[in-house]
Amino acid sequence: MLQFSFWDILSNLLIATQWTIVLSLIAFFCGGIVGLVLLFMRTSRIAPLEWFTKIYIEFFQGTPLLMQLFLFFFGIALFGVEVSPWMAATLALTFWTSAFLTEIWRGCVEAIPKGQWEASSSLALSYIEQMRYVILPQASRIAVAPTVGFSVQVIKGTALASIIGFVELTKAGTMLNNATFRPFLVYSLVALIYFCLCFPLSWWAKKIEGRLNVAR
Amino acid sequence: MSYKLQFAELLPYWNVLLYGLVFTIVLTIVSTVVGIAVGTAGAAARTFGPGWLGRIVAVYVELIRNTPFIVQLFFIFFGLPALGLKLSETIAAFLAMVINLGAYSTEIIRAGIEAVPKGHIEAGLSLAMSKWEVLRHIVLNQAFRKIYPALSSQIIIVMLGSAVVSQISAEDLTYAANYVASRNFRNFEVYLLVALGYLLLAMLTRSLLRALGRVIFKAR
Repeated sequence: MLQFSFWDILSNLLIATQWTIVLSLIAFFCGGIVGLVLLFMRTSRIAPLEWFTKIYIEFFQGTPLLMQLFLFFFGIALFGVEVSPWMAATLALTFWTSAFLTEIWRGCVEAIPKGQWEASSSLALSYIEQMRYVILPQASRIAVAPTVGFSVQVIKGTALASIIGFVELTKAGTMLNNATFRPFLVYSLVALIYFCLCFPLSWWAKKIEGRLNVAR
Repeated sequence: MSYKLQFAELLPYWNVLLYGLVFTIVLTIVSTVVGIAVGTAGAAARTFGPGWLGRIVAVYVELIRNTPFIVQLFFIFFGLPALGLKLSETIAAFLAMVINLGAYSTEIIRAGIEAVPKGHIEAGLSLAMSKWEVLRHIVLNQAFRKIYPALSSQIIIVMLGSAVVSQISAEDLTYAANYVASRNFRNFEVYLLVALGYLLLAMLTRSLLRALGRVIFKAR
């Protein structure tokens, strides 16, 4: 029988960690792009666009991420397209991330004083120009801390992709546990690796937030 | 799309889904009550307790907040039996939920406690109130009023997160959905229905908590 030493377990987990990181990065960046588009729609003051984003956000914030993964996994298959766990996980995590980022960023946009909107519109800037040159440069300053904080949620969210069969850190942990029957060791290591990924980000987010409070 | 959605196929399983829904609701309510109790104790320990206790609580909070819920669940359900502590899937689900919400609410409640002006505590002590009376009537009273909205959204997040307990076969709403899907292979229909069920539950919880907040924190 094949024997797994401590180092075998750890190195296998670290290989799988790469996929957790890749999936997190893709979900975060694609989610950020979709979120930015939604942010423009949400603050556009055009009723149908606002309604669409409201329903979108309500759905993705009001249902479990696990359900969204299942829906993408089985839903796309209905169109006769072969769905890999990789594709379903990327899509579900992207949309889920975008919904939360839109809400976070909307809060930051609304924190900008109304006078900024009025001043820029009296200078004959269009809505897009107002956002691009006046509002977003100011809003992005206060948006950094909560956005970094949310990236921790994205990393933790990727753990659920293991359930639809995407092999990342959690799935690798389950597989190693099945092979070695050492659940305490394996899951401790899995938790420790997640902690090493997430804690620096949490700490960083807290630090930026503190710096902003001093400035005020 | 040549496939036709067939929701009628779900009808024979209404009792399975209803059982799952009730399980999810009970799981949420119990873990909310116990979790907030844990969080209150943790926050009080961090702000008023001795230094060593505060540090232990801080480690607990950071460990839980920086690892995924599913890993915590697997650790409790699969990992702890290796140390001789064997739990049923239901107990493990409840325990994991309480530990998770306990950590988050510790941090939320601590923020509320720290927002209470120091003068209020000193005023209470100078009126010969005991430490406990000050904590109960002055500090926590004001802290909870301030952090109630944050705590409410955390409760909803935890309720949605509870879908994961189906993975250790605790019989919640998601477990019921998986069960039905494995029987009639109408995966998409059942997951869509259950997702809408969660959505409704989340919206209902939010308005219930808002109403409850109005009753508890009636303007004095």
